[in-house]
Amino acid sequence: MPVSDFQPVIGLEVHAQLLTQSKIFCGCSTAFGAEPNRNTCPVCLGMPGVLPVLNQRVAEFAVRTGLALECTIRPTSVWSRKNYFYPDLPKGYQITQFDQPICEHGRLVIDTPQGEKTIRILRIHMEEDAGKSVHDAGGGQSLVDLNRAGVPLLEIVSQPDLRDADEAVEYLKSMRDVLVYLGVNDGNLEEGSFRCDANVSVMPKGSTTFGQRCELKNLNSFRFLKQAIEYEIARQVDVIESGGKVVQETRLWDVNKGVTRSMRSKEEAHDYRYFPEPDLPPLHVSAEAIDAAAKALPELPRAKLQRFISQYGLPAYDARILTAERPLADYFEACAGHYKDYKKLSNWFLGELMRLLKEEGTPLSALRFTPAQLGALLGAVDQGTVSANAGKDVLGEMFRTGKAPADIIAEKGLAQVSDTGAIEAVVDDILAKNAGEIEKYRAGKKQVFGFFVGQVMRAMKGKGNPALVNELLKKKLGD
Amino acid sequence: MQLTDLTMLELAAKLAAGEVSSEEATRASLARIQQVDPKVRAFLRVDEAGALAAARASDVRRKSGSPASALDGVPLGLKDIFLTEGVETTAGSRILEGFVPPYDATVVRLLKEAGLPLVGKLNMDEFAMGSSNESSAFFPCHNPWDVSRTPGGSSGGSAAAVAAREVFGALGTDTGGSIRQPAALTNTVGLKPTYGRVSRFGVIAFASSLDQPGPMTRTVADAAALLQVIARPDARDATSADAPVPDYSADLEAGVRGLKLGVPREYFTEGMDPEVEAAVREALREYERLGATLVDVSLPHTKYALATYYLIAPAEASSNLARYDGVRFGLRAKDARSLRDVYALTREQGFGAEVKRRIMLGTFALSSGYYDAHYLRAQKVRTLIREDFTRAFQQVDALLSPTSPVPAFKLGEKVEDPLSMYLMDIYTLPCNLAGLPGLSVPCGFTKAGLPVGLQILGRPFDEAGLLRIARAYEREHDFFRRSAPL
Ligand SMILES: [Zn+2]
Repeated sequence: MPVSDFQPVIGLEVHAQLLTQSKIFCGCSTAFGAEPNRNTCPVCLGMPGVLPVLNQRVAEFAVRTGLALECTIRPTSVWSRKNYFYPDLPKGYQITQFDQPICEHGRLVIDTPQGEKTIRILRIHMEEDAGKSVHDAGGGQSLVDLNRAGVPLLEIVSQPDLRDADEAVEYLKSMRDVLVYLGVNDGNLEEGSFRCDANVSVMPKGSTTFGQRCELKNLNSFRFLKQAIEYEIARQVDVIESGGKVVQETRLWDVNKGVTRSMRSKEEAHDYRYFPEPDLPPLHVSAEAIDAAAKALPELPRAKLQRFISQYGLPAYDARILTAERPLADYFEACAGHYKDYKKLSNWFLGELMRLLKEEGTPLSALRFTPAQLGALLGAVDQGTVSANAGKDVLGEMFRTGKAPADIIAEKGLAQVSDTGAIEAVVDDILAKNAGEIEKYRAGKKQVFGFFVGQVMRAMKGKGNPALVNELLKKKLGD
Repeated sequence: MQLTDLTMLELAAKLAAGEVSSEEATRASLARIQQVDPKVRAFLRVDEAGALAAARASDVRRKSGSPASALDGVPLGLKDIFLTEGVETTAGSRILEGFVPPYDATVVRLLKEAGLPLVGKLNMDEFAMGSSNESSAFFPCHNPWDVSRTPGGSSGGSAAAVAAREVFGALGTDTGGSIRQPAALTNTVGLKPTYGRVSRFGVIAFASSLDQPGPMTRTVADAAALLQVIARPDARDATSADAPVPDYSADLEAGVRGLKLGVPREYFTEGMDPEVEAAVREALREYERLGATLVDVSLPHTKYALATYYLIAPAEASSNLARYDGVRFGLRAKDARSLRDVYALTREQGFGAEVKRRIMLGTFALSSGYYDAHYLRAQKVRTLIREDFTRAFQQVDALLSPTSPVPAFKLGEKVEDPLSMYLMDIYTLPCNLAGLPGLSVPCGFTKAGLPVGLQILGRPFDEAGLLRIARAYEREHDFFRRSAPL
């Protein structure tokens, strides 16, 4: 059977570092990039005698995420120990949640070529991150950096509802958007603060029994996720086609070779000996706390996208870009309060504003002008006070100096001339000097019209209102 | 009478009256250690410089009229399970030899803040796993009443040091009887507080859901005073109780008239030494004479307590002890060539036989396929045991029993027979499984001159009640005045 006769079945496990100031069970900073082992204390070093104390922000973030993903929040969830030896796991166990996680039974809607699709969320639980081992550090030694040990993580496990690599990528992107919107995660795949493992299996089309699955690791970009899943599907089909059996194992995505390779088999898998963490009482979340978190939930990316389309009458393309990040969407809405031609506003956002932000490397939060000033600029363009082209220069100046648009127009003399008499004088002058061109025009060479416009604008140093210039020229040429 | 024969409160009174300085008391303690510890071997480490510096600081406070607490200046010893900043702490294990903690346990900090000079670290069974102090990786501790015998364990060093007048009081920890059993075997008072009453932060963990630090002293009043210093909520221990701390000395002399004291029939069974039984029965009659009513009660699940304990405690220990892997602190096997070696050889060389036995037991109890039958079932039985006590305390104010089924046994006698060693804790460990407070108070001696202890178990957070009941008996029999024949 060819690959097309097989149905892939995919589930993702997302690990998202939470944007708390301090670690999950101690007061150490979670800041990225500190000198190795600087952000540590006896607790996250797993010293004898230390005890964990929960950072309540972690539970708040978990509840917020659970609600956004339409999960049921457990009133009482339980911490467990996952036991295994590894040099970057200081205590010899990871504190996590096992059979009683904080959130369960949620969903995330994604877009597919066939339309919307609901991917069920099995569970979300909180846990502590491990440290980092640095191998081949010289002298045959490995080094351990425990700055990351104890950084809070959410693990979000989907049901195996994804059916191809594109859906998996779409799911992961949507999940990232949601988490970033919620302010619980920075969505950074490269630094590993947002990462995922994929469980992949294949079965003959029409079958209802899932095949044996493999867990893929080291998928630190959307591209790698797609490539690894596609490779793995093809590999599993090959194994079955050649009469073999897929064995349950953990496989690593090899970025350089573009293949997945076996990391450990089921037989080599750890027995984690989970048991309830005796150092931490069960976590209680009150109904009031859940209600309050639900009320405080921000509008989520998907809802915002739909609203931008309906409320502002924007094309889906524009709405998608404007709502991709919450600060941009918020800024658009702030500006929309001062300027009502939303499509035109969107054009300025997608064109000039995003170009400036990108070129200058400025975050939106550092903009020096107000939404009202941007609205005033676009109003001035509409009214012909300044030309669209000059308006772009004005925006650039506002961007750099934070000065009001009216001041910039005045200072730089960018105001457009819309005085009919003044323009007419120039038009008459140009026509008088170019009798030969008038003949050509009248003889049918209509492109000469552009020549007259150019001459008038040059004479007026680009400040003539183009609409008026056109209108007067046409009238004088007898059209 | 020597200075070192004083109780903590007697010394505190003399300090307050200016009759003696803390430095004198501390020097007396250090001298006594030098004199008798070669025979007792209660100390793993003496911190002479640290203790004297603390004593002099105490004397300065005293002179300026601002003592830090009622016990300011009273020298104390610490089981080597409490982390002490800058002072080696080993939990009686080779694997932590040379480990100098970077921080103080919460209780150590509280003691320092209260001004008590800490004279040294006391011997113990390795990682508190044992009932005779013989699993100490360094050397066994000897019972001051008969140095051929064990002082009990795991806080054997603490009990022996207090009994031998080397320190005025000490802290121990109790996971299955490790404060009460050695107290019973050495004619001292040992109080295991309610789980959560005293912070475990900075106390090297054996079994997290059972461990509890507590005072070991010569008198009930001393235990009350010492508990007063260390009992308080601790934000660094999530299992620490938020319950208010009463004045433990307030009702100490209130007597037992009108109290109902339960006698659990499951605690008077075969295998108990006849002399121990006789002493305890005599104590029960004494309570009746003092106006209490004895009530026969049943704790039907007691027979499962030992098995339950030996699933839960080792399971937690197997995980708690995973951090001793040779990577960050303590021992690292010198001949290790690979990561696997670092783990395997370090733990092979660093842990003693009893610790390994319990790690194996616990790992097995948690293994996939065995978890439900062992660990999970043990947790269910634990609930039944707790319910036994809840029911009993609807009828009575406290429970009375022997602390240990036998008096101090010979060193070496049970080392080869772990099960008979485990049976030493049969009366003490149900209390840990239920998280209750328990106290052992001296209640006489055998004909051979070996101490016997009476155990009093109480409702959660009723340490004051236990102290009051113990004091009523102690007032009639000041066994604590007898000193060991060293
Ligand atoms: Zn830390």
